[in-house]
Amino acid sequence: MSDEANKGLLSPLRRKLLMGMAAVPAITMLPRASFAQAPATSAVNTTGLAVTDTEVTVGILHSATGTMAISETGSIQAEKLAIEQINAAGGVLGRKIKFIQEDGASDWPTFAEKAKKLLVNDKVAAIMGCWTSASRKAVLPVVEQYNGMLYYPTFYEGLEQSKNVIYTGQEATQQILAGLNWIAKEKGAKSFFFIGSDYIWPRTSNKIARKHVENVLKGKVVGEEYYALGSTQFNSVINKIKLTKPDVIFTDVVGGSNVAFYKQLKAAGVDLAKQPLLTISVTEDEIDGIGGENIAGAYACMKYFQSLDNANNKAFASAFKKMWGEKTVIGDVTQAAYLGPWLWKLTVEKAGSFDVDKIAAASPGVEFKGAPEGYVRIHENHHLWSKTRVGRAKLDGQFELIYETADLVEPDPFPKGYQ
Amino acid sequence: MIINSRFFNRSELMGFIALAAVLFVILPLTLDVFRLNLVAKYLTYAFVAIGLVLCWGYGGILSLGQGVFFGLGGYCMAMFLKLEASSVENTKIQSTPGIPDFMDWNQITALPFFWQPFHSLTFTILAIILVPGLFALIIGTAMFKRRVGGTYFAIITQAVAAILTILIVGQQGYTGGINGMTDLRTLKGWDIRPDHAKIILYFVEVVLLFACIGIAQFIRLTKLGRILVAMREQEDRVRFSGYSVANFKIFAFCMAAIFAAIGGAMFALNVGFMSPSFVGIVPSIEMVIYTAVGGRMSIFGAIWGAILVNFAKTSLSESFPQLWLFGLGALFIAVVLAFPNGLSGLWADYVQPRIDRLFASRKAKADWADNSVADGAPAE
Repeated sequence: MSDEANKGLLSPLRRKLLMGMAAVPAITMLPRASFAQAPATSAVNTTGLAVTDTEVTVGILHSATGTMAISETGSIQAEKLAIEQINAAGGVLGRKIKFIQEDGASDWPTFAEKAKKLLVNDKVAAIMGCWTSASRKAVLPVVEQYNGMLYYPTFYEGLEQSKNVIYTGQEATQQILAGLNWIAKEKGAKSFFFIGSDYIWPRTSNKIARKHVENVLKGKVVGEEYYALGSTQFNSVINKIKLTKPDVIFTDVVGGSNVAFYKQLKAAGVDLAKQPLLTISVTEDEIDGIGGENIAGAYACMKYFQSLDNANNKAFASAFKKMWGEKTVIGDVTQAAYLGPWLWKLTVEKAGSFDVDKIAAASPGVEFKGAPEGYVRIHENHHLWSKTRVGRAKLDGQFELIYETADLVEPDPFPKGYQ
Repeated sequence: MIINSRFFNRSELMGFIALAAVLFVILPLTLDVFRLNLVAKYLTYAFVAIGLVLCWGYGGILSLGQGVFFGLGGYCMAMFLKLEASSVENTKIQSTPGIPDFMDWNQITALPFFWQPFHSLTFTILAIILVPGLFALIIGTAMFKRRVGGTYFAIITQAVAAILTILIVGQQGYTGGINGMTDLRTLKGWDIRPDHAKIILYFVEVVLLFACIGIAQFIRLTKLGRILVAMREQEDRVRFSGYSVANFKIFAFCMAAIFAAIGGAMFALNVGFMSPSFVGIVPSIEMVIYTAVGGRMSIFGAIWGAILVNFAKTSLSESFPQLWLFGLGALFIAVVLAFPNGLSGLWADYVQPRIDRLFASRKAKADWADNSVADGAPAE
């Protein structure tokens, strides 16, 4: 009996003891493992950013409303996808990414106000955002003053470089020069007609293109015309094109104007299969509005097309469609926006810190092998090394890859001889 | 007190005290610098609202182009600040150092002649008042002397707003185009960006706002103000009485333009930014809307309208990034449908009578108390 009783008393004890012993290695493992994953907050965040032991906050700042919403929605979606994937893979330095989304409302001062709110009020560790040059120009002084970190996705005009910005899109020379070389060689093009929307990006891009055409390709620019943003009347310029018969029409018309431009071009009987047209402003997103039948045959010069055939891109495209619907298309900027959170994560891990100064210093040389466009690396000037690609628009709204540069093209935001 | 009570009636005096308490004491004590700077931004629109009360509420001249004057004032200020920010050291990286960055991007190699005088702060301050004032004078003279009024005048002001936007966007080498003028840094070497500067600028702005309230109230109380109201109600009678209706209208329109311009200049200083998105038709209509929401017949109502509408804009867009525009639209429709005289009408109809009753009953009690104390020793 007493034996029995003793047993009865002992057995739970023994069980506890055994359990305790079994847990010992686990207990000693746990803190070590979590330390390795998540270093102490005080060590990785010395500047009072919104970083806790389990979370880090970043901002997403795009236009969810207004005229730019149609273009910027893709960027918002790509950034959310990247953040979700990073969290699923364990987060950044053991911390889950939480995001605060603000609406720039297609209004540049609102962008500045919201950027300030994100940095001053919410103390976000990084901002993924902006789209148009105007919004970036408005936000730039704010991120510089409050020492924030901005990941900017759009291809843009260059002439800018900041410690506080990582430009994940291409600057003008990266986008334009290789494309012009290709079309000059392939089509024997000598005369070019430039058409653009009237603001800083098309004007600077065309300036660079003109210098390249005149000085390097020894060709001629037979016309250069600008239309106000949102303009829908292109008949007079189409008549001029028909009169001057350029070898190549080179366009950087943006936004909704594209729809009118390509429809009127087609209505005027300009056949893009015979008349080469090179655009640097039409991605899959824009073709959605233009309609494949209106633009089929045109060449676009980008760094990414949804149709790119590589393992990274296939995984990215299917994850994107799974999250945002089968019908969504992925344009060049959407892909560049997807790079932002990933490059930030990789840089934070390289720097071992969320501090903006350390991230800015650690950025050069950071490489992202999982990029849908293939492989990218951050240059000392905070732009990306990336390839230039030329695609031909098809009826179904996708591009067929025609040409890509053999090597990554060096970013050169202040190109000598092009200013 | 005596002067005040003649200058303002009792409800206006209360409005004055309430606004002064909120702007001078409560907000600076309770808000952090970021939010205070946002209030400073809202207040720049309050200047426009005061002008609209004078010109639209009292004078009956609906201008859908106040953004033009807001923009002219703002651009004058921004040109001065931009020149100071574009010193040779700051712009070494450009092909032509010493000129604003956007000129360099547009292959302009020398500062245009009309930019030259903006090196001087005195000239700039004069220009902030005079450029919009003269512009309003020209438009006003051209329109009112020909007896163009009402809807036609509103349409023309709207056209002017559209034209000025197109001009600014098109001449980007001289104006910064659609990007506007960004990265404004110092005023006579004094950095306008840090927190303490923002607080000082806020108080400067509030003092200016009260100065403008004073001027508007003064105009309202003089014979001029009465003529404005008479004109709104029966223009022909005023004309037959021998007054030159056009001149009074031009005056009201010019005053509204100058108030808007002061707001614009303060905007450039507080926000460090000026762009064509404050000049066009949409912002001009917004200005009319918040004046209407606040109450176009009341100076204080319109100021509250400007503050509250813009505050709603900020907070709605922070909480509901996708839906906030619908919320704001619903708010406007609700206010205009339900309370045509705006918030101040609401106040005058529902709150003011209660306060009056309260005062009246207290006064009656006090009278009764006075009478009951036979020796007339005043209570308190």
